[in-house]
Amino acid sequence: MSQEPYVRTEMLEEQPAPLGQTGISKWMRENLFSSVSNSIISGLAILVVVFMLYEFLPWMLQPSWGAENLRQCYDDPNINGACWGIIRDRFNQLMFGFYPHAEQWRPLLAFALMLVAIAPVLFDKLPRKMMWFSAVYPFLGVWLLWGGSIWGPLMVLAGFVIGYVVNKVLANVAGNLIALIVAVLATLLWWLYGVGYVSEMLTGAMPVGIAEVDSDNFGGLMLSITIGVSGIALSLPLGIILALGRQSDMFIIKVLSVGFIEFIRGVPLITLLFVASVLLGFFLPPDVTFDLILRVIIMVTIFASAYMAEVIRGGLAALPTGQYEAADALGLDYWQSMRLIIMPQALKISIPGIVGTFIGLFKDTTLVSIIGLLDPVGLIVSIQGTADWNGVVWELFTFIALMFWVFTFSMSRYSMYLENKLKTTH
Amino acid sequence: MAMADQPAGKSFRLSMLLYDTRYRSMTIQIIMLAAFIAGVAWLLDNMYANLAAANKNPDFTFLSAPAGYDINQRLVEYTSQSTNARAWLVGLLNTLLVAFLGCIIATVIGISVGVLRLSKNWIVARLMTVYIEIFRNVPVLLWIAFLNAILSETLPQPKDFKGEDAEATMSLWNTVIISNRGVFIPEPVFLSGSAIMLYVFIASIVAIFAFGRWASKDQETTGRILPTFWIKLAILIVPTLIVYFVMGQPVDWILPAFEGRGAFDANGEPYTKGIFRIDADSGINIRRSLIALCLALSLYTAAFIAEAVRAGIMAINKGQSEAAGALGLRQNRVMSLVVLPQALRVIIPPLISQYLNLTKNSSLAIAVGYMDVTGTLGGITLNQTGRALECILLLMITYLTISLSISMVMNIYNNSVKLKER
Amino acid sequence: MKKSVLLGTIAAVGVMAGVASAGTLDDVKANGVLKCGVSTGLAGFAAPDANGRWEGFDVAVCRAVAAAVLGDGDAVQFVPLTTKVRFTALNSGEIDMLSRVTTWTFSRDVDLGLTFAGVNYYDGQGFMVRKDLGVASATELDGATICITTGTTTELNLADYFRANGMSYEPVPIETNAEAQQQYLAGACDVFTTDASALAATRATFESPDEHMVLPEIISKEPLGPVVREGDEPWGDIVRWTLNALITAEEKGVTMGNVAEMGAAAGPDPEINRLLGTEGGLGAMLGLEANWAANAIAVGGNYGELFEANVGEATPIGLSRGLNALWTQGGLIYTPPFR
Repeated sequence: MSQEPYVRTEMLEEQPAPLGQTGISKWMRENLFSSVSNSIISGLAILVVVFMLYEFLPWMLQPSWGAENLRQCYDDPNINGACWGIIRDRFNQLMFGFYPHAEQWRPLLAFALMLVAIAPVLFDKLPRKMMWFSAVYPFLGVWLLWGGSIWGPLMVLAGFVIGYVVNKVLANVAGNLIALIVAVLATLLWWLYGVGYVSEMLTGAMPVGIAEVDSDNFGGLMLSITIGVSGIALSLPLGIILALGRQSDMFIIKVLSVGFIEFIRGVPLITLLFVASVLLGFFLPPDVTFDLILRVIIMVTIFASAYMAEVIRGGLAALPTGQYEAADALGLDYWQSMRLIIMPQALKISIPGIVGTFIGLFKDTTLVSIIGLLDPVGLIVSIQGTADWNGVVWELFTFIALMFWVFTFSMSRYSMYLENKLKTTH
Repeated sequence: MAMADQPAGKSFRLSMLLYDTRYRSMTIQIIMLAAFIAGVAWLLDNMYANLAAANKNPDFTFLSAPAGYDINQRLVEYTSQSTNARAWLVGLLNTLLVAFLGCIIATVIGISVGVLRLSKNWIVARLMTVYIEIFRNVPVLLWIAFLNAILSETLPQPKDFKGEDAEATMSLWNTVIISNRGVFIPEPVFLSGSAIMLYVFIASIVAIFAFGRWASKDQETTGRILPTFWIKLAILIVPTLIVYFVMGQPVDWILPAFEGRGAFDANGEPYTKGIFRIDADSGINIRRSLIALCLALSLYTAAFIAEAVRAGIMAINKGQSEAAGALGLRQNRVMSLVVLPQALRVIIPPLISQYLNLTKNSSLAIAVGYMDVTGTLGGITLNQTGRALECILLLMITYLTISLSISMVMNIYNNSVKLKER
Repeated sequence: MKKSVLLGTIAAVGVMAGVASAGTLDDVKANGVLKCGVSTGLAGFAAPDANGRWEGFDVAVCRAVAAAVLGDGDAVQFVPLTTKVRFTALNSGEIDMLSRVTTWTFSRDVDLGLTFAGVNYYDGQGFMVRKDLGVASATELDGATICITTGTTTELNLADYFRANGMSYEPVPIETNAEAQQQYLAGACDVFTTDASALAATRATFESPDEHMVLPEIISKEPLGPVVREGDEPWGDIVRWTLNALITAEEKGVTMGNVAEMGAAAGPDPEINRLLGTEGGLGAMLGLEANWAANAIAVGGNYGELFEANVGEATPIGLSRGLNALWTQGGLIYTPPFR
């Protein structure tokens, strides 16, 4: 039996890669120091980061949370930077403005329910039944924020039921178009003349409601969210109409839509807010006044609807013409094809754009501080106007910027997620 | 229904206005137009009723009345005795100035950041991402106020330049003063003979364009790549510089300086009393409000432009840069010759809307006290005359005109670079 | 589906849209609340505290009027207004009265359709500088960089003053007082000019007030007072005489502490009796309760007490009475008699 030549029977242990080829050092060499110029740039970048932290961190980390006023921060030898007591002192105000303390659960609840209401729109995995809640939410939200008798919003809601019933009944008798016109008229008449009277009567008979809160008490972040959300929600239907008007082949309607959109997009929001604050009253019948927040919401809605129209127009344009042709081939009329085929798809494509518009609008709500509304930025002036906090600047800036950043950053992340999802489904 | 019963061509019936597709669109349009006119009429009627009640009628005569207030930054002659219309013009020019500068700076920063964000250098790419996310997610109004406050707190005050052991000194060989009131730069004074310099300069610019066309033609035919940037730079500077010295230096420079009495009194003793200030007539003052506004607007807008640039570059098929690499082009050539020209078509439309946004956002200048058209016409003039309706109307028309002009110019440009489909 | 949002809100708004009737007094009584326009925040004159309760000298006037009309000093809805919107808000009926450091001028009174109901603070425009600037008088300010708050009479006064004295200056217009203060402290301007009261208030809150001084020159007259709409004389009378009642109360020694006691029964001084409604029918002439003035005084005290509590020497603002002392003590505060 001859000796077998040496054959290795077991595998060699895998050797660790040479030190320069693994882990952090390899990563750093590839990503930071791959060439001389790269190394210099990386070095500079690291310096910038270190410098920023060095400048900013000691200022931020101050034991000043308990300070009652700015004077205490000046006098305390341990405090050499930010006076965070201001945030503790005014946190509630920065969040809710002057909303009564006892009622602050209402905006919170309204906000939470809003998230529930938009969830089925944003995430298509959720049950479609939830859409019903989304449809009711606007009334619920308005009622929660402003309070008062529950009958008002309910009766407004009842207008839709009336319109629907009238439409159904008449459709069999008089034809679709007439039924639609009469239904719309009936609903409008009900809102203009019926709602006030009936809801007052019902309130008298069965007072169910929560304490009324005037819009003058709205302020802080809550005001920003209220203006932003109602502006976007109200501008969506307007934007759809404008987008369709812009695509219409009826000359006058097209001209009116384009004129409106281009006019609104051509002027800065601040001029529209000036209109809301000083001019809108001129254009209403004498003796009719809205409070400033409602006027601002109206102008913000008009502003957002022009941008919304452009976003939706983009969605409409992105649909392949085959969709339009197929709808025509099925014999659907214009509104049917829009409602059943075009809009559901166009709106779905437009959601990232709509979220983008919302982010922009939400940031732009800070402009209301210029016309004297007390949103977080407007509250800076009010807070500086008190003897305790006169002279405080950076802490409020930092806090408010951070507050907005958290909101808009998370929304933009969502919008990116959505864009990626839409990209893969096509 | 009615249409089914009624064969076409029969006598006209009223219901056909609604049901016959031939007439329906006309009917709807007329109804819409009537509704629109009625709506406008209603608004105007209310307006006149309200104005009559307040005993005021639309009246633009205030425009020719003296404004009564001073404006610090004025690109044209203006005193407090000038008219409100003049103040409007001063404000308008200031708006255009900040919008113009802002757009340029935003484009430069935006494109660099957008390209750097795709850099292979991890920390640089991350830093750019952080910059973009921080800037575009915080309201621009906060940025404007914030930058203004930062500049006024961190830059040296005029009094820091005072005395023997001053805390701050002038920059760039004593030609520039950087203070928290503004940056003061030398001001040129054109003496006789400087006109020739101007002609030479214009000629150089024409020459640059001619050279550029020749160079690209040359490159197309021979494949030779010239260092065009350096040559262009040389054409721009060298002839003018030669003429400058040949003509005996016909341009004088007024250097910014601290006013004499701030430094020494009549006896040559250091003057301690009175306002130590930068001489108002020396040099050009780029005010802090302009710098802060411009910087804030452009940093904010640049974050959006950077995103557009990144999206544009990503939209170019990777095969394009690989093919360019296979042809032996270097990394930066791939970028400048192959990727960017194609990406430009994707980038330009969002770029236009960012320029428009920047221009409109410049109306927030009141936050830093920069006297733009919102600050003069829509601010002080409105406050002092009480003519809200007229001022805001004129203000809107002003902005509308600016916006439409920008989109018109940019759309013409966009059409010229658009892919010519054959 | 989303259409519901639009229509629902329009309908809701339609319900909310209030219809103002002819008389402001009737409106205020019907609403049970006085809508009063104030500053968005000015130390000593109007600012909300951490609980959202508005405090300040201007605010106190609103509370006094509310108490006179409605019997409750808290029945006020404060509407913070910027300088730009203050007059339109008043003219459009959004507020019932304006108490917002507003200077009484000819053109505002005559041209803008406003009625000034008196003066609650006699002010004037002044200058504040750093002491180490070495300036002792406003006439040495040639070439200075000056921070001004825009939208008020100050920028016109400033332009006039420097033109009249043949001096040049660089204006730095700033939207709010607080911002102007920050710019001034950072040395971005040499001088800060605004109403002298606001200068004093601002200086008091500095980290080191001693490094700054207010120059002796007062370059303008700034009588500040509450404003109402023109054309509603009965309401103007109420605001005017409420303010007068506060002043007369100080003159006659009626205070927050003794007003209840003095108003309970007629005393020896007939004017006090008429003021507090224990004699005569002055309240009825205004369309108010007999004890309207007593109610107004009971909220925060008489004029002097309000002054001391909000802007007086004991407060951080630290203003002395000066021009705003009673006429009997060398000031300008004077009222027509209650008769």
